[in-house]
Amino acid sequence: MAEPLIELRDVSKRFVKTLDLAEKIVNLAGGSLREEVVHAVDQVNLYVDEGEVVGLVGESGCGKSTLGRVIAGIHAASDGALFYRGTDVTGLSPEEAKEWGLDVQMIFQDPMSSLNPRMRVRDIIGEAPVVHGIIKAGEMDDYVDDMLLRVGLDPLFKRRYPHQFSGGQRQRIGIARALAVRPGFLVCDEAIAALDVSIQAQVINLFSDLREDLNLTYLFISHDLGVVEHLSDRVVIMYLGRVVESAPTEELFDKPNHPYTTALLAEVPRIENRGRKFMPIKGEIPSPIDPPSGCHFHPRCPHAMPRCQAEQPVLREIAPGRFSACHLNNEA
Amino acid sequence: MEDETPTLAVEDLKTHFFTKLGVAEAVNGVSFTVKKGEVVGLVGESGSGKSVTGFSIIGLVDHPGRVVEGKILFKGEDLAQADDDRMRSLRGRRIAMIFQDPMMTLNPVLRIDTQMIEAVQAHEQVSEKEARETARDALVQVGIPSPDERLKSYPHQFSGGMRQRVAIATALLHKPDLIIADEPTTALDVTIQGQILHEVQKLCRETGMSLIWITHDLSVVAGLADRICVMYAGQIVERGEISDVLDHPLHPYTNGLIGSVPSHNRRGQPLAQIPGMTPSLLNLPEGCAFHPRCPRADGACFVQPQVTEPAKLGHEVRCVHPHLEQA
Ligand SMILES: Nc1ncnc2c1ncn2[C@@H]1O[C@H](COP(=O)(O)OP(=O)(O)OP(=O)(O)O)[C@@H](O)[C@H]1O
Ligand SMILES: Nc1ncnc2c1ncn2[C@@H]1O[C@H](COP(=O)(O)OP(=O)(O)OP(=O)(O)O)[C@@H](O)[C@H]1O
Ligand code: SF4
Ligand code: SF4
Ligand SMILES: [Mg+2]
Ligand SMILES: [Mg+2]
Repeated sequence: MAEPLIELRDVSKRFVKTLDLAEKIVNLAGGSLREEVVHAVDQVNLYVDEGEVVGLVGESGCGKSTLGRVIAGIHAASDGALFYRGTDVTGLSPEEAKEWGLDVQMIFQDPMSSLNPRMRVRDIIGEAPVVHGIIKAGEMDDYVDDMLLRVGLDPLFKRRYPHQFSGGQRQRIGIARALAVRPGFLVCDEAIAALDVSIQAQVINLFSDLREDLNLTYLFISHDLGVVEHLSDRVVIMYLGRVVESAPTEELFDKPNHPYTTALLAEVPRIENRGRKFMPIKGEIPSPIDPPSGCHFHPRCPHAMPRCQAEQPVLREIAPGRFSACHLNNEA
Repeated sequence: MEDETPTLAVEDLKTHFFTKLGVAEAVNGVSFTVKKGEVVGLVGESGSGKSVTGFSIIGLVDHPGRVVEGKILFKGEDLAQADDDRMRSLRGRRIAMIFQDPMMTLNPVLRIDTQMIEAVQAHEQVSEKEARETARDALVQVGIPSPDERLKSYPHQFSGGMRQRVAIATALLHKPDLIIADEPTTALDVTIQGQILHEVQKLCRETGMSLIWITHDLSVVAGLADRICVMYAGQIVERGEISDVLDHPLHPYTNGLIGSVPSHNRRGQPLAQIPGMTPSLLNLPEGCAFHPRCPRADGACFVQPQVTEPAKLGHEVRCVHPHLEQA
């Protein structure tokens, strides 16, 4: 079999909050304050094949953006290794990794903080392609117009600054900027969350077309299961820093294996449901600062058994191409 | 019955941006009311003027924009005429807005506790300890685990959805009469979304808080809102009870919007999309702004259509050829 385009092996990312001066003084006086460690990404194994669209889904705060940033080279992993077509590229800067042919662009969740407020849209989108020699300086205006049209924005807009746009328009500028450098791998972090459905449809269709035209590979981070189902070949489910299930899209939606996936699918809001009574979350929401022992999901899992508290279930292949990390799978 | 003054009555609101390239009529004659305890969904295409409508109500329209016409009656008081002092004393306390971009609420260089405690003490005379407790409880309400540790963090140490939740918690602090929530749950997964909608629904029911919920996500409004207003190019094109509008959309734009929800389509197939693109506000088509994209358009659409109630009382549409066959 061909090597995956990108592979993560046991990748972890921890954020350590060191003690501030006041807290150190408390400790000198006999206190017992400890450094807080956020286990944002915890020993994740993940691969993405060339031309594949992988959807990454999970609760808010479970580590999706952090994982995306590690892949895009924005964060260095605390542990583990990143492979590109079988070559270890762990710890290389995005520029160095690029020399290996790895060209990752990321579309950020938060467009306001990722667009330079003092640059006009024309330069935000057109500068990098000129610098990278994709187009000549003289071609910039036509190129920017074309990119703007593709994401459904009027080329007239290119003389404006980011703050002069609506939220969804800004997000599309971020998309246009990422696509303008013709990346091979695109990490889309909630890239279409702020778009209304008709433009979502347009951008989703654009992503699908580009995939065919440019053989683009995607990691598509989203909490919107409807969109993920529509767009992805394979879906990876994260819970509190760990991958708990991964499967081809259809199989995952038809027959989820992990209890967390099952719970997630049950909650999807539907346009058919009127005047719904929303329910509070049952039990404590677990924290990556102090994750539950064993299976992270056990405090909320309807099938939890004593073993689940004591022992971390490993992610194993339960059927060809299907992976799940739950003790229920090795009962029989 | 209905003779109580509504919490909010917006009448023929016009907010325009005076740019170098011309005047952008971002909000162009918008009227709607929100009753006590009611949830009104404001949906519409990106760039249609939803956020600017919200900014106008709380008096935070950016230069070069301003409210040029209309009334914004908050419990009878016209906010379009109110001065800055009056707006400052209402904002955060009686009217709060949850911004689409949480970093508009949060200061990147201050710790969350500093910001939230300040927000509590801005309108309430309580000790720092009490304020911290209020802040902590608010974080629990929106589902943030380890709230004590999290209070000591900076915004960049939160995930995108957690920042959004802190902004929501801050808006809920003073239990205002009116909350304008601008796409507050777009980046949130379904469980957390459910938690927040639960809290918000509870506040509306128990304290009579009114809510304007701006979103493009029809499936969320479907479950939450009592009534819905659909915006296109600065105007409300359809408005009515949630079920009337979603089950029997009259306006061709609403109809297209409902058709492009992903779950209505088959996986892998191109999604139904409304053809064409959002018109530039500097260059709006004459007559009905939707006509270049509308499958039902004809010569009659070159004049601005009036608002009518062709099917059912209270279900209004701005279109000369509404989908009456669906009504
Ligand atoms: N400072 C500004 N200068 C010029 N035009 C502006 C400015 N702010 C907003 N606009 C324009 O006003 C229109 C309405 O913007 P608004 O933010 O209300 O849209 P929206 O309906 O909230 O869209 P979205 O769903 O994308 O957030 C947009 O076309 C936008 O480009
Ligand atoms: N720079 C940072 N410093 C400290 N902690 C961080 C930092 N970035 C992220 N974290 C923490 O790591 C965890 C995972 O965050 P991440 O942004 O990856 O979540 P996410 O899955 O993208 O969530 P969301 O859906 O809300 O965006 C969170 O607990 C967050 O607080
Ligand atoms: S390992 Fe146990 S607690 Fe975890 S998901 Fe499976 S059954 Fe539930
Ligand atoms: S007025 Fe005409 S163009 Fe406008 S929505 Fe109705 S049918 Fe379409
Ligand atoms: Mg994120
Ligand atoms: Mg907006």
